Amino acid sequence: MTTTRMKPVDAVIVGSGVVGSIMSMELANAGLKVLCLERGRMSDPQHDFVMPYVHDELRFDRHSDIFQNLSRETITFRNNASETALPMRELGSFKPGEIVGGTAAHWGCNARRFLPHDFEFRSRVSERYGRNAFPEDCTSQDWGVSYDELEPYYDQFEHIYGVGGKAGNLNGVIQPGGNPHEGARSREYPNPPTRRTPQGEIFAKAASELGYTPFQGPAAAMTQDYDNLYKLRLGQCQRGGFCSSHACSQGAKANPLTAVLPALYRKDNVEIRPLCNVIKVNTDSTGKQATGVTYIDARGRQVEQPADLVVLATYCFNNTRLLLLSGIGTPYDPLTARGVVGRNYSYQSGGRVHVFFDDREFNPFIGGGMVNTSIDDLNGDVIDRSGLGFVGGAYVAVASSGATPIKSKPVPEGTPRWGGEWKKAVAHNYRRTFAIGIHGSCQSYRQNYLDLDPTYRDANGLPLLRMTFDWHKNEQKMLAWVYQRCIEIARAMKPAKHAAHHIPTKYSIIPYQSTHNMGGAVMGADPATSVVNKYLQSWDVSNLFVVGGSAFPHNAAQGPTETIGMLACWAADGIKDVYLKHPGPMV
Amino acid sequence: MAEPAVPNAYGYLTPQEVRFLDAAVERLIPTDELGPGAKAAGVSCYIDRQLCSMWGTHGRNYRCGPWLDGTPEQGFQSRFTPQEIYRIGIHEINAYCRAKHDRYFEFLSGSEQDDVLRALEADQVALPSLSSKLFFDLLWRNTEEGYFADPMYGGNRDKVGWKLIGFPGVASGAYRDHIDNPQPYRVEPVSILDIELRQAQTDAQGFAKHVMLNKGGSKV
Repeated sequence: MTTTRMKPVDAVIVGSGVVGSIMSMELANAGLKVLCLERGRMSDPQHDFVMPYVHDELRFDRHSDIFQNLSRETITFRNNASETALPMRELGSFKPGEIVGGTAAHWGCNARRFLPHDFEFRSRVSERYGRNAFPEDCTSQDWGVSYDELEPYYDQFEHIYGVGGKAGNLNGVIQPGGNPHEGARSREYPNPPTRRTPQGEIFAKAASELGYTPFQGPAAAMTQDYDNLYKLRLGQCQRGGFCSSHACSQGAKANPLTAVLPALYRKDNVEIRPLCNVIKVNTDSTGKQATGVTYIDARGRQVEQPADLVVLATYCFNNTRLLLLSGIGTPYDPLTARGVVGRNYSYQSGGRVHVFFDDREFNPFIGGGMVNTSIDDLNGDVIDRSGLGFVGGAYVAVASSGATPIKSKPVPEGTPRWGGEWKKAVAHNYRRTFAIGIHGSCQSYRQNYLDLDPTYRDANGLPLLRMTFDWHKNEQKMLAWVYQRCIEIARAMKPAKHAAHHIPTKYSIIPYQSTHNMGGAVMGADPATSVVNKYLQSWDVSNLFVVGGSAFPHNAAQGPTETIGMLACWAADGIKDVYLKHPGPMV
Repeated sequence: MAEPAVPNAYGYLTPQEVRFLDAAVERLIPTDELGPGAKAAGVSCYIDRQLCSMWGTHGRNYRCGPWLDGTPEQGFQSRFTPQEIYRIGIHEINAYCRAKHDRYFEFLSGSEQDDVLRALEADQVALPSLSSKLFFDLLWRNTEEGYFADPMYGGNRDKVGWKLIGFPGVASGAYRDHIDNPQPYRVEPVSILDIELRQAQTDAQGFAKHVMLNKGGSKV
């Protein structure tokens, strides 16, 4: 195939999602000529995502064309290395995006910071409970950077995404109404918290009776009209539901489409080139310096794009896959536990306890934008874990996400799956139920990893990424313990019935769980156990930065998007303040 | 309830397949004192239209071999598209019904149909070409979708699915101020189809203007 060679740019950013959009903006603000390459199509939110057509569960939740088109590229999956990995032929467990704006175009707006504990997880748990507190195969590790260093960048991201909430810890002073367990904030949230739903009120009362501290969990759907850091106006959320999985017609959901890209389009030193699928990071003869990237453009031509600086800013899977396809870094080998690329793949554990009332009725369709009432008392290191036999934890929340009728009709245990009894149960319960959601951490393990599949290939003939992943006992024990606490809360609400989901013993690719796939190109202080240093700079190629969920050495409970956005702000500042002044390894 | 303008205007399904589906989906969501079932809701029409869409040929699925069965955790691995699953599945289930009862599925009694559906669901019918559970799970998934998706997709006629559970359809701009209000919000549902046919009104932002219902279900 002949390759077209383009004019060099200062920086090429691969991906236009949460990370790529902010990276493009920040590097353009520093005066660089920036090219952002995106595999998905361009969208025009004011034409593509309008009322009433966005209030369509079938189109957005089941058949969405803003999710990844698996006919061109997917992953393969197996539970363990003794199995043959098979392609994920249809979307299920998670829904990566494929559009300018990325996966965040359809995120649910859950905008929590990780706890300080999470960034120094290995050290802090070992210090308090001893090294044996960790399961033998657990490879969760410190991030090489502390919460205090990162706090200004959480603050920056929250002022780009207009996060609404109530501080629980302002400069070390605990505040009423917020999450008392959060890390210290330098200032209040840019927007007020969400209003509490009647369901949230029932949960808050029961949780308070049991000694927990409920608060309105932070959300990135605007609680009032908001002018953000990039001088863009985001409108107040109508709480019309149809939120997670859906694009927003109101510009109320902070995401790249609303909070960053419109400002980027106005800059003449940035170009966003859609429908360009990057297949390789090119390096010079030493292998120590990136020279740019190669991509397949919209017309199928192979194009070489030279650049002084390359930022991989794609979903967890593609950041890892591009490193493997480019031969950058040593691939992880689970037999020897050596190598780093593909190591420490993790996910998100979770569960639900449904409560069914006979004498109360709710408006479950009102909500969206992550309206939720939460407790964080079962997370991090809040309670003494001695004797519990697991590491990690969960936040617990009652969220009003806007219950849509195809997928959100829970019925009590024992109800037949179909037929007249099922129909009666659905009719009776849809407006009389809600769920206590468990959002749990997931440790990394020696056996869970990403590499290239030996058999299956994408539409360009390149190997698919292979995921080897299963749940481990630690997460099952943690969930069992959190479930017990949630069942106590459920009982305190005095519903007619409650029903806890079962804890899966094997991970399945079929049911939707969360689009929270983490790791594979993790950050850290030691090149033997990380792909990038604390600044998200490749240990091997100093003008290559790999930023995103791929950098998480393990996954905390809180939901990753805010931390992904924060890492983009942090890495961008590192490039601007340190790297550009002295190009070369920053550590 | 209004019949479709051209009753036999099916794009993929044959009349015999429609008779099979009408009978099957009506057992899955039956007509009862709570309201119409899946047949009257137009679920067969919904399924037909879905089979004519990109989804009907799994246009966005990964469809390269080798094709292996895999473990249950590895998800859908059939080389058949939904179009093929319905065509082959209905043919083979009818053959099973004829061998067992000497009649096509649609001519069995209701309880016999339920027995067949339960056996399919439990993967206890040894169809020659595909897993009976695979067929059942697809049928049930599409039946639920057809009964509860927006009526513009051909099912949920007269919004029967939404009326059954009290789902208002396209949201109202009034939700924001109702979010912490414990009063039940009961309205005549509004669909995208209603708005396209100008049978429902919208506000300046495009949100539905809902007509409130009292507890008995009549308009206020």
